[in-house]
Amino acid sequence: MSSTGAGVLAALALVAALAVTHVPLGNYMARVFGSERHLRVERVIYRVVRVNPDADQRWTVYAVSLLAFSAACVLVLYGLQRLQGVLPWSLGLPAVTPALAWNTAASFVTNTNWQNYPGESTMGYLVQMAGLAVQNFVSAAVGLAVAIALVRGFARARTDRVGNVWVDVVRGCLRILLPLSVLAAIVLMASGVIQNLSGPHAVHTLTGSTQAIPGGPVATQEAIKELGTNGGGFFNANSAHPFENPTPFTNWLEVLLLLLIPFALPRTFGRLVGDPRQGWAIVAVMAAIFIGSLSATTAFELHHSGAALRAAGAAIEGKEVRFGVPQSALFATATTTTSTGAVDSMHDSYTPLGGGTVLTSMMLGEITPGGVGSGLYGILVVAVVTVFVAGLMVGRTPEYLGKKIRSREVKFAALYILATPAVALVGTAVAMATPSARHAMLNAGPHGLSEVLYAFTSAANNNGSAFAGLSANTAFYNLALGLAMLAGRFLPMVVVLGLAGSLARQTPVPATAGTLPTHRPLYAAMLAGVIVIVVALTYFPALALGPLAEGLPR
Amino acid sequence: MIVSTASPTTDRPSAPVIRRVGGGLLDPRMLLTQLPAAVRKLDPRTMACNPVMFVVEVGAALTTVLAVRHSGVFAWLIVAWLWATAVFANLAEAVAEGRGKAQAETLRRARRDTTARRLTGDGAEERVPAADLRVGDRVVCEAGDLIPSDGDVLEGIASVDESAITGESAPVIREAGGDRSAVTGGTRVLSDRIVVRITARPGETFLDRMIALVEGAARQKTPNEIALNILLASLAIVFLLAVVTLQPLAAYSGAEQSVIVLVSLLVCLIPTTIGALLSAIGIAGMDRLVQRNVLAMSGRAVEAAGDVNTLLLDKTGTITLGNREAVEFLPLDGVPAAELADAAQLASLADETPEGRSIVVLAKTAHGLRERRPGELANATFVPFTAVTRMSGCDLAADGGTRRQVRKGATSAVRDWVRECGGVPPDELGPMVDAIAASGGTPLVVAVNGTAGPRVLGVVHLKDIVKSGMRERFDELRRMGIRTVMITGDNPLTAKAIADEAGVDDYLAEAKPEDKLALIRGEQDGGRLVAMTGDGTNGAPALAQADVGVAMNTGTSAAKEAGNMVDLDSNPTKLIEVVEIGKQLLITRGALTTFSIANDVAKYFAILPAMFAVVYPGLDRLNVMRLHSPDSAILSAVIFNALIIVALVPLALRGVRYRPGSAATMLRRNLLVYGAGGLVAPFVGIKALDLLVQFLPGLR
Repeated sequence: MSSTGAGVLAALALVAALAVTHVPLGNYMARVFGSERHLRVERVIYRVVRVNPDADQRWTVYAVSLLAFSAACVLVLYGLQRLQGVLPWSLGLPAVTPALAWNTAASFVTNTNWQNYPGESTMGYLVQMAGLAVQNFVSAAVGLAVAIALVRGFARARTDRVGNVWVDVVRGCLRILLPLSVLAAIVLMASGVIQNLSGPHAVHTLTGSTQAIPGGPVATQEAIKELGTNGGGFFNANSAHPFENPTPFTNWLEVLLLLLIPFALPRTFGRLVGDPRQGWAIVAVMAAIFIGSLSATTAFELHHSGAALRAAGAAIEGKEVRFGVPQSALFATATTTTSTGAVDSMHDSYTPLGGGTVLTSMMLGEITPGGVGSGLYGILVVAVVTVFVAGLMVGRTPEYLGKKIRSREVKFAALYILATPAVALVGTAVAMATPSARHAMLNAGPHGLSEVLYAFTSAANNNGSAFAGLSANTAFYNLALGLAMLAGRFLPMVVVLGLAGSLARQTPVPATAGTLPTHRPLYAAMLAGVIVIVVALTYFPALALGPLAEGLPR
Repeated sequence: MIVSTASPTTDRPSAPVIRRVGGGLLDPRMLLTQLPAAVRKLDPRTMACNPVMFVVEVGAALTTVLAVRHSGVFAWLIVAWLWATAVFANLAEAVAEGRGKAQAETLRRARRDTTARRLTGDGAEERVPAADLRVGDRVVCEAGDLIPSDGDVLEGIASVDESAITGESAPVIREAGGDRSAVTGGTRVLSDRIVVRITARPGETFLDRMIALVEGAARQKTPNEIALNILLASLAIVFLLAVVTLQPLAAYSGAEQSVIVLVSLLVCLIPTTIGALLSAIGIAGMDRLVQRNVLAMSGRAVEAAGDVNTLLLDKTGTITLGNREAVEFLPLDGVPAAELADAAQLASLADETPEGRSIVVLAKTAHGLRERRPGELANATFVPFTAVTRMSGCDLAADGGTRRQVRKGATSAVRDWVRECGGVPPDELGPMVDAIAASGGTPLVVAVNGTAGPRVLGVVHLKDIVKSGMRERFDELRRMGIRTVMITGDNPLTAKAIADEAGVDDYLAEAKPEDKLALIRGEQDGGRLVAMTGDGTNGAPALAQADVGVAMNTGTSAAKEAGNMVDLDSNPTKLIEVVEIGKQLLITRGALTTFSIANDVAKYFAILPAMFAVVYPGLDRLNVMRLHSPDSAILSAVIFNALIIVALVPLALRGVRYRPGSAATMLRRNLLVYGAGGLVAPFVGIKALDLLVQFLPGLR
């Protein structure tokens, strides 16, 4: 079968698999967060950390708890890396340098998983397992918690409580992420992903040289890396490494895993607000834009201009031969639209417009379908803005799911829309204006600009994938990208919680014939339009000087 | 007999013709005459209230400084058009305000300084300036006097010319007590003498507030306007960031841009169209209400009108014509219809109520009975209606001394009367009366007491006449998602029949003021917004509780104080128009916001290639409009951006065309017109301007 045919089949199988899992998984998550009962193991945890799981929190308390928890996570992860030299299971690796440890801590706590280091030669097994893997779980659960709090804002009425952050995070980890990743890890192991605690094996090759074959608890790490839309690879080559992603099947499975929860969450949303049609509208918008991105990336990669590409039949440089172009494009689209950042091919080597498309996929704000939780709350905030404009056009004070969108709600939504582009653009501009930062680019011209733009866009949107071609393990980038990741993660979270609090307080307005229907195709189309146009308007100048300048033939 | 004190204005037949929201056309001369006012508004302190236009002004000032230092035709043209953008925005606001100012002038004439005749404690009169009157003072007004301030009539009855405020020349009756006791300062007493207790503090009279309102002096930003402003401001910040951060990227790419070009890009990207027209839209919305003789005490109320979920409508005067009409004579078995008609007519001759008149009219049209003047009948004594007897009629002394008494009235009253006279009311009367009541009508029983003893002749069927076109109107409201509830003092049976006939969604029968209040609270607890009209003092709490309370100008000052709108025409049907104006106001904002944002796409395609095609020739592919040169492209975009404001001023003042319909159809239509239109229009406009601009001398 041609690789194009295989790619189409893989994409169709993916759609089918997601269609099958969407409803049951979505319903299950709705039950998890809607339930009053605590598991015994959960009660033990609550007792140990001394929280009352039945106490609902105001949005401010929720936000402060969440920020404090994340700050503690950053400190622990930083400490683990800095103390690596004296801790067991370090494979003899030394302590991580302060700048890199800071960047990595910020990166994994924010669910970004930007990696300024090669995993196999920097992190020992203890840091990988007790540090990075733990963050893979809790950072995803934190995103999930914020999304659920926002959904509660819509679903609840006349209350200032949005839920209990500890309960939400614990349940997200124990009842959703953990069982799913156990399953995923078993399937991955069965498919050839390694799982051991042995150190690197030295082998003698046929040519007479010596090669170190690494080991490690890869399958378990890999499962949560995709499920939690984290993306931090065990190895430097990430999912291009044959031990992380050996076959086209595991490649497909990893794509499925990283899309699984984000695409099921709209169902959870629909269930929790008591109107599944609202969830359908959201998932339709996510799917439409996802398929649009996928088609564009694949088309640009298969469309060959230039002698080398024509000879190869497609833009094969930087892609694994075992996956081929379409499946690499599928992985690239999935990883950039979900804020995952795992890669099975080097985005730097994509055609300018193909690379530009995956860059644009991140710029969309990681909401189609976005990261675990963050995708849902992100698209709901854009939905609020869309409702504001669309609602005016039907002659009413805009309302979404019965909640009025007034200046307070608009304020929070506007801050959300503002935060990420501000971080990405200011970061890029500062880097381009800083000589030392410019020197880190391995390419000149528009491609170099794309590399920096990609780095800050990836950090601000908590994606974590790298364009490569940028030596980012420098003091400047470690510091700046670390700040960008924290700002890009927690500023939006706080305003989303604010929005949740403000919505929860309202008395819902009953829907009438005069109410804007937010489940119909027309509204969904407008939402998609707002997502695309607002992004295009913000990033278009930067894109023009990067991928477009490079990719448009004169 | 009921003395009808209803003022001539309430009796004016409310037009059944459905009026659509519209009007408020722009007089093009206003654009010129308001130019000085627009320039004065360039004061940065004024501009700062509007973040989007403030950015434009700062940009214009910045480019002016740069143009002075590095002069050039292009720079100066950009500078000129940036300032023009700011002035055009102010012009839109000034024109909207200007129309109110003309109205305020007319009102001011009515507020001439008057002298009041204040009553002192011992009953003597003293002359004091109207401005010295305090709440609680009592003043005397006689024919020809201007009423010095707002107040309630304590003594007397007078006809008052309120044309200064309502524009209606027919005088109205004002009398002590009841719901017609409020008088407004600045109106003139035409006849009789009244004593008025002042209820308004100096400077806070109805007239003062009205002047402030139409002038826009008291205008505060409404909640939705504030919310939209926040969104626009944040968009302005996003674009400010996008443009500011572009410079390092451009510098790296070897295409560092002049600040003039960057400012041009910024001004084109920020939503100037809606930013410029936002306040004009609000002022024009209030103005459209004023043109319909409705005064909104706050813009908040106008906005709320668009959101209304439930309309409480008083049956009488709103749903039905003010009065019941006789539609049928129903004689008992064995009674000739003509005899019943004759008796009914006799009993109604002295009855000047509309109901009484309609019986006389029906007798004439249905049975050819000529109307007899009261003086025409010899020896007739008329018995007027009283609340105690609940009957009216006449006693005829015929030749030979026999008397014939004719009575008509409420069923129970006439039954009692028949028994008193020694007769027995027939059994068949009961079912007849009940049938009429069940159909929503009011039965009036007619009986005579003559030589043959008392005898019931039959029943007159009085019917509430539902105004024509109301059913269609309610259907329309239902499609807009608005529920109508009819409020009536009738019994539930009658109320239901009329509710069914008129097509309202629900009714509140035997409604007492506290029932109304409870109904409103109930709706509001369910998250719904309620609008109602009212005029009486006992309706004041409900008016105050309602989200949109339209007080009738003929009503009491308590009602006017409680409502957040006053209808100078006192036409309760107007509530529906108020709702439409509120919706239109919001739609206009939404439509122009969509248009404004959609415009940006084309501007990028004009400006970005102009900026960067020099270093990256591939980007010239984005120049889909094939604009002449970078300078002409940027200039065209800036000019388009400025001119579109002026072009849309009429739309902002008039409001987007509003046709009632479901939310889905409205969204589809507006999205198509203003969304898709907003995408396409600038491509055409900028290209057209470029064709002209390229011939400007001195432009590259």
